Formats: sequence, structure tokens, C-alpha cells
Amino acid sequence: MRFALRRLGFFVITLWAALTLNFLLPRLMPGNPALAMLSKFHGQLGPGTLHALEVLFGVNTQKGIVAQYFSYLHQVFTGNFGPSLDFYPESVTSVIGSAIWWTVGLVGVTTVLAFILGTGLGILSAWRRGGRLDSVVPPVFVITSAIPYFWVGMVLVLIFGITLGWLPTQGGYYVSTDTPGLNLTFFQDVLSHAFLPAITLLITTIGTWILTMRNTMITTLAEDYVRMARAKGLPGRRIMTDYAARNAILPNLTGFAMSLGFVVSGAILIEYVFNYPGVGFLLLQAVQGEDYPLEQALFLLITVAVLFAILLADIATALLDPRTRTAG
Amino acid sequence: MSLPIGMPTAPDTTGQAAGTEPGPVAGRPRPPADHALARMGRAIRHNRKATTGTVLLLIFLFAALFPGLIAKDSPSADAYAPKLGLSTAHLLGTTAYGQDMWAQLVYGTRNVMIIAFVVGLAATGIAVLIGVAAAYLGGLWDGSLSLLTDVLLVIPLFPLLIIIAGYAHGGGTLVLILVITVTSWSYTARQLRSQALSLRHRDFLEAARVRGERRLYIIVVEVIPTMTSLIVASFLTNALYAVLFASSLQFIGLGDPNTQSWGTMLYWAQNNAALQTGQPMWALAPGACIAALGAAFALLNYAFDEIGNPALRPVRRKRVTRA
Amino acid sequence: MDRGTVRAVQDVSFDLDPGEFIGVVGESGCGKSTLLFAIAQLLVPPAEITGGSVTFQGRSLVGLTDRQLAAVRWKDLSVVMQSAMNALNPVKSIGAQFRDAMRAHGVTSKPEIAARSAEVLRMVGIDPVHLKSYPFQLSGGMRQRSMIAMAMLFTPDLVIMDEPTSALDVVAQRSLMVQIKELQERLGFAIIFVTHDMSLVSHFSDRLMVMYAGQVAEFGPTREVFDAPRHPYSIGLLEAFPSIRGPRLPLTGIPGSPPDLARPPAGCRFAPRCPKVMDECRTTSPALYQAGRVQVRCLLHSPDHGPDQNLRNGTPPPGSATGSVNTVAAGGGAAGSVATEEGSGDE
Repeated sequence: MRFALRRLGFFVITLWAALTLNFLLPRLMPGNPALAMLSKFHGQLGPGTLHALEVLFGVNTQKGIVAQYFSYLHQVFTGNFGPSLDFYPESVTSVIGSAIWWTVGLVGVTTVLAFILGTGLGILSAWRRGGRLDSVVPPVFVITSAIPYFWVGMVLVLIFGITLGWLPTQGGYYVSTDTPGLNLTFFQDVLSHAFLPAITLLITTIGTWILTMRNTMITTLAEDYVRMARAKGLPGRRIMTDYAARNAILPNLTGFAMSLGFVVSGAILIEYVFNYPGVGFLLLQAVQGEDYPLEQALFLLITVAVLFAILLADIATALLDPRTRTAG
Repeated sequence: MSLPIGMPTAPDTTGQAAGTEPGPVAGRPRPPADHALARMGRAIRHNRKATTGTVLLLIFLFAALFPGLIAKDSPSADAYAPKLGLSTAHLLGTTAYGQDMWAQLVYGTRNVMIIAFVVGLAATGIAVLIGVAAAYLGGLWDGSLSLLTDVLLVIPLFPLLIIIAGYAHGGGTLVLILVITVTSWSYTARQLRSQALSLRHRDFLEAARVRGERRLYIIVVEVIPTMTSLIVASFLTNALYAVLFASSLQFIGLGDPNTQSWGTMLYWAQNNAALQTGQPMWALAPGACIAALGAAFALLNYAFDEIGNPALRPVRRKRVTRA
Repeated sequence: MDRGTVRAVQDVSFDLDPGEFIGVVGESGCGKSTLLFAIAQLLVPPAEITGGSVTFQGRSLVGLTDRQLAAVRWKDLSVVMQSAMNALNPVKSIGAQFRDAMRAHGVTSKPEIAARSAEVLRMVGIDPVHLKSYPFQLSGGMRQRSMIAMAMLFTPDLVIMDEPTSALDVVAQRSLMVQIKELQERLGFAIIFVTHDMSLVSHFSDRLMVMYAGQVAEFGPTREVFDAPRHPYSIGLLEAFPSIRGPRLPLTGIPGSPPDLARPPAGCRFAPRCPKVMDECRTTSPALYQAGRVQVRCLLHSPDHGPDQNLRNGTPPPGSATGSVNTVAAGGGAAGSVATEEGSGDE
């Protein structure tokens, strides 16, 4: 119980830190950038919108910084992130709403796949040490995990999109010819557009899973209880899964959550390269268009998503490891 | 950007091999620091990954220090016909602006290496400071430093970097260095703290404590040298991050687009739709270099992990045939 | 780091009769654990068996794959390890681990598994309700005993024990030893028991083997080895444990430390520390000489030096395998095994 409370506490503190960062950053930059933004849009914004922006960015306000902070928090918790300046007059929340599903689909599915395949390969590679799989895996994946995500994307675009022309390389679907809806053509369209970005993300992130799983697995295989399992004459597969992998995966689950931050970064760049209409692409558009309200909101969104994933990983650890459940 | 692979989790750097029976060592116990560097040198030569990584690194260092020796053209002069293909005059052809690509690539190395090494050193310095301090000061200090580290670890760094760089309207290299250093030390700090904690109760430290040495002395003279291999690994990790983060930021236009760097080359290539307009080299070459430099750091890192933990070394399987 | 090949065990050879209790003693690094793992075919690369044989119930065990060994493992030969905390899977309950062992050997009916699990636990004095517990929920002594219970699941003919009492306090140690001896007398299995505590095992073993630096220093019936040790190392070991009730004597240890097995010294391996060392000890490597009913690896007891000798030293009788004696035990369903090995571990 105490374990769960501590994790929840950490969640809250990190959220608070992200909110505060969001609050402080524009106010700390020399010459509040929001001022420039506001002057650009002056006259186009209604008073309500203007006020929301003031609260978010601390411009034109006579309030002390502490008071600003609390109005900021209040506004954020009521879900008012202001208007998107790039997509005016759409609100930030609505803009994000349309982009988020693309990212969830792409990143969500690919990450789960990468995790499953990666840990599986890592387990096998460690189990058959000295075998053919194991001699190939470490060097290959050490190198792939150091390659910048966007470059892999570009290479794939070049080979499969341009040279071979097999797959589309831009966007989420053929905007000009298709309308979103629950029809088969749209579905196929989406899949074909998602294919290259997904493969890119898979290739670049799977290396981490494989290598960390392999490493913990190797250490676990040296444990006495694995030797004991062999001594008992248990079949190899059972030793590999029930005795070794189940223990080896535990430290990786928290690591899984930590590395989500990197999956996120990768997703942003990949969406950029492929013009994929997800949240990452949106963030970059926002930065380039100086759409600060949108930026802020996206940053918070991404942080919350990562925190949730960590919470999930913690729950999984608690389920798999009886020691965490009862102790503390 | 991915997690640095192969970072030891609870590493034992005093060279205890994972064997079935610890072999008896004759004579007095050696002070750990003495042999660390010598061992490292020998280990690098024996390990194929380490040698590959070192060779790559040296090549790039050379290009960074003496670009004029490798590329005869000026990287910024748009003096040539644009969009030329590969030739002996222009090893990689020219950009859409008529600049020699090979020269840009070679001269761009310096910017990347500076970022890699400065951020690597600075971030590692911060990480050592915070990690070791947290382990040794304990109590409330440890609690708050660890919390700070964990929070920074969880907050997605790249979006944060994007936002900060965006507010700063894309600074030059200095801004990049500052921003990346300040945000990326947490991963390695965590590992250093973890190792420092496990060392706290080692005998040779107890001996120092009993001798009456002051804490600072113990930390600087006894603990940190023992952690040499992890500190080197941290440097490699941080350098790798720096290269990837910096290039990515430059790629999306948040670095100064007029600096000579691989990331900025990619930026211009993307802006000019290089891939789609038949100028693939413009995008492929700098990307390949980033990948190669990154691979060099990653290989060295992995090799160090194998060196520190012999259980991870390549195993040659033999069948026992005697009966 | 790479120090070359370490010959962890060399020239160790013995027969084991059904129901016999052999104790193997020696200090850390003498090779006793490696010997055990080699016998049980549990060595992990880079450690491997480089020579000799292990014959159990008429079959040779060396070189068999895990799958081939599974027929013999646990049913006829089981293992008890030093630390139950490390030897039991931390994420599975005790009962689940018992179940795994039984299912691996063809026992699949749930009531049968439950009954047998409860039975072995009761044998070691643990309430069967603990089948549901996880290892970390049990006390050290209980963990150790449940490991022994697990080893009893199929009433094997041979149980190999690697310092099963070392992780316990003195009182628990003794009670565990008594329990083990009682189980042995009841069920009739043979035991090879490794420990560094000579006095502990000497109360229970039939024969005692003293190992030093990977080799057998002395080997013979326990009472003889314990009451009248011949090898200077054994003498030193015994003198290091003064009797609690005896006269007060100054504590004498054995100065120095064991040799580096990657570069063993020429001549006798104990020579640098031996109080009775002679010149030839440094150049001639002693073989295992017979001194009464005990074998001693010491030049003091070689045919040229010591009193009456059966002239059987370590030279192999014709027709046997490389290196040393190699006998196959008689049948009768009992454990008769010989380990003649040069196990070498890479450090």
C-alpha cells in the first residue's frame, strides 16, 4: 500500500513540476516571447481569449507572480488552454483532439510491438548464448540504437517511397481523395500511410529492448535459482520463462517507462519526416509558428502520457513481483 | 534517440569476475585506482567493439581538428553550380545552393564534436556531483536530490528542449550546449548514485573511515577513482545523447541554420526536399555521419560494459565430449 | 580480468557407497563447490569439465545434455544449495516450485502433488500451510529446510549439499544437521556434504575429504582424519578450532594464503605455508599416498619417507582412463559414483 502511495506521490510531484516549468519558462525568457506573439494577433482576439492568454503567459498583468501562478493552475485544471494561434479560432483542446488519435495509433501499437518482440528476442538471445542469434544481435542492435530516428525514416522514404514507389511517404491518408470514415478504403489508406513511420519507429526503438533484456537475462541466468532449476531437471523452456525471464523482466519494466521519453522524441521526429498528422508534428508546427498556447498544452499532454505509462509499469511490476505487494 | 544500451545497473568495477569460485589472489589487496586505466587500455585492444568504436572516434576527431587537410573547398562558399552529382571534383556533389557537400560534411564535424565533448563532460560532471553527493550525504539531501533527478528523468526531454529552444528563437551552438547539458544529466546521475551507494559499505572505504579520513577526502580520493569505468561510460552516454539531441534540434530548425554542422545540413536538405528532388546525398551523408559517430560512442559504451562485467562477454561454446 | 585458465579441481577421485555420508571440507577457493557442481553437471561456461568421469548408477554423466540428464535429476540425484534465498525462485511460491519439480518428472495429478508436497514439508518439520508462501516470507532456517524438503521429493539415492548450513546461526546449524542425518538414516540416501566447518561435519560423516587448492589433501574415514590428521594442512585446520572444553591453548592459524590457481606453484601447493616443509616439497608434486586407511597428499608420507605404506600411490591401474582411478560402482539401485576430474574454471 505504501508503495502505491509513494508512486502516486511521485506522479503528482512530477506533474506539478511540469506545470510549473510551463508556467516559468515564458516568464523567464528575456523579453517575454508572449508579448511578441500578442502584438502579432492584436485586434483579432476577443477579450475572453486575451485574458486566457494573459493568465497563461503572464503578460499585461498587474498581479504578483504568486497570484499569477494560482490563476494559471486554476485555468489549466478547468481545461482552458486558450486558443491555438496557428489554427485560430480553434481552441487548443480541439486541435489536439483531432491529432491525438494518429499518434496514439502509431506510437501505441508500435511501442507495444517493439516491446514484445524486443524482450522476446532479448530472452532468446541470452538463453542461447554463444549461438548464432547471440553473435549477431548485440553488435547489430548496438548500432541501430545509436542511429538518429529521423535518418532511418529518411532512408526508408528514399528506398520504399521514392525509388520503389511502394508506399506513400506523407501524411496520414490521401487528403485529397479520401474522407475519414469507417470504410475499408480509408482503413487501407491509413494503414499504408502508417506503415513506413511504424517500421521506422520499430527499427529504432527495438534495439533498446533487446539489449537491456538480454543483459538482465544474462545476469539472471547466473543466479542460483536458475542453476537449481536445472538441477531439478526442469525442461529448458520452463526455466527460460518461469525462472529466468520472469525475474529478468522486472527491472526492465521501470526502465520501459523511463525510456518512453525517448519513444516520444522519436515519434516527434518521425512524424516530422513523414508529415504524419499526429501530436508530435503538431508540436513542431506550433514551435515554428510560435503558437505558444498549443506548445504548452502539448508539453503537458506528453508529460501526463509518460507518467501514466510509468504508473502502468509500476502496476505491472506489483502484479508480477510478490515482494513489492506485501513489503512496504 | 534511445536509451543508452548496456549501461551497467549495479556494476562492480573492482574487477571481480563472475565465476563459480572466486580465485584466491595471493598477496596484499591492490588499491583499485592503480590499475583501472592500464586495464582499460588492454581491454580496448582485445575487444573488437571497442577497437571499432575507437577507430571511428579518432577519424572524426581528426576531421574536426584538421578539416582543411581532408576537404579543399570552403564549406560556405556557394561558388559552384548547384545540384551537381558525385564527381572527383566534388566528392559528394553540390547542394541546391551550389556549395560543396563534402566540404560541408567535413567542416561540420567540428561543431558536432564540440557539442559532444562539451556536453559530455559537463553533463557527466553534474551527474557525478549530484549522484555521488546524494549517495554520501544521505537523508534529506539524498531524498531531494534523488527526487530532482527522477523528476527530470521522467519529464520528456525532447519536447522540453523543443519548447525552450523555441522560446529562445533558436540559439546558436552555445544555447544548444547549455540547454542540453542542463536537462540531460539525470539518467547517468541515477546510475552513478546507485553505484556509489553500493560502494559505501565496501571494506576499503570502511577502512578509510576508521582511519579518520574526512568524508570529502574519501569521496574524492577513494570512491571516485573506483567508479572510473562507470564515469567513462556516463561520459560516452552523455556524448551520444548530445549528438543525437543537438542534431535533431538543428534538423527541425532550432539551431542556428547558418552554422556548419551535420544537423543543419539536414535542415537545409529537408527544406529543399532533397530526397524528392534527386539529391539524396544531401540528406544521406550527414545522417550517416551522425549514425557513425553515435555508433562509435555506443560501441565503446557496450564494450566497456562487457569489460566491467565479464559475464556479458562473448561466450565460445564447446561440447564436452569426454566420458 | 583475464588471468588464464584456472584449474579449480584436479585429481579428485573417489567411490561412494549407497547410504554413505562423505564430508568435503576446505577453505574458500579450494574448489569444493566446483567439484560439487561438476559432479551434478551444473557447471556454467566458462567453467567446464576437462577430464575424468562421473559414473552414477552405472551411467556416465559427463557430456550428457540437460534433456538426457533430466531422467536422473532429482529422482535419483538432488542438490541442496548454500543460500535458499538465492536458490529459490523469488517470484514463485514454495508449493509452485515443488509442483514444477514433480511435473517435470511425470507426476501430474493435483492431489498427488499436494499430498507429496505436504508430506516432505512435514518431514522437515514445516507446516504444509507454507506451501503458499513465497521464499521471502519464510525465515532463513525454514527456507533452508524447505529446500531440503524439495530435495526429498523423490527420495533420491544421492543428495549433494553445498554448505547448506553456512547461512544459518550456530543453533539452527546444528538442528539442521541433526535433521539431515535423521532423514538420511530413515530414507537411506548417500550424501556428499561440502562445508568449510570441519568440526560440524565430522560428527555426521562416514568419510572426510580435506581439499586444498583444488586437490585432495587428505581423505579417509572421518574418525581417523579428525582424530589423527596426517596432512599438515588438516592438522592446521583442526588446531584452528580449539575445543571449548579442552585446555586453553594459544590460537594458531595457518599463515599465508592459498595459491593462485591460474599459476599453481611447482611442487606441493601447500609448501609455501607448511610448517613441516622440506626442500623437495618445492620441486616435487606429491601424489596421493596411502597411510593406513587414509590417503594423504604429502611427501612426509611417501614411500621413501613415512612409516609402513601400502605401495598404492596415485598411479592408475592399467586400462583405466586418463589421469586417475576410474571405477564403476556395483548396481543394486544404489548410488555408486566416481569423480575423477580435472575441472577447470576460467576466471
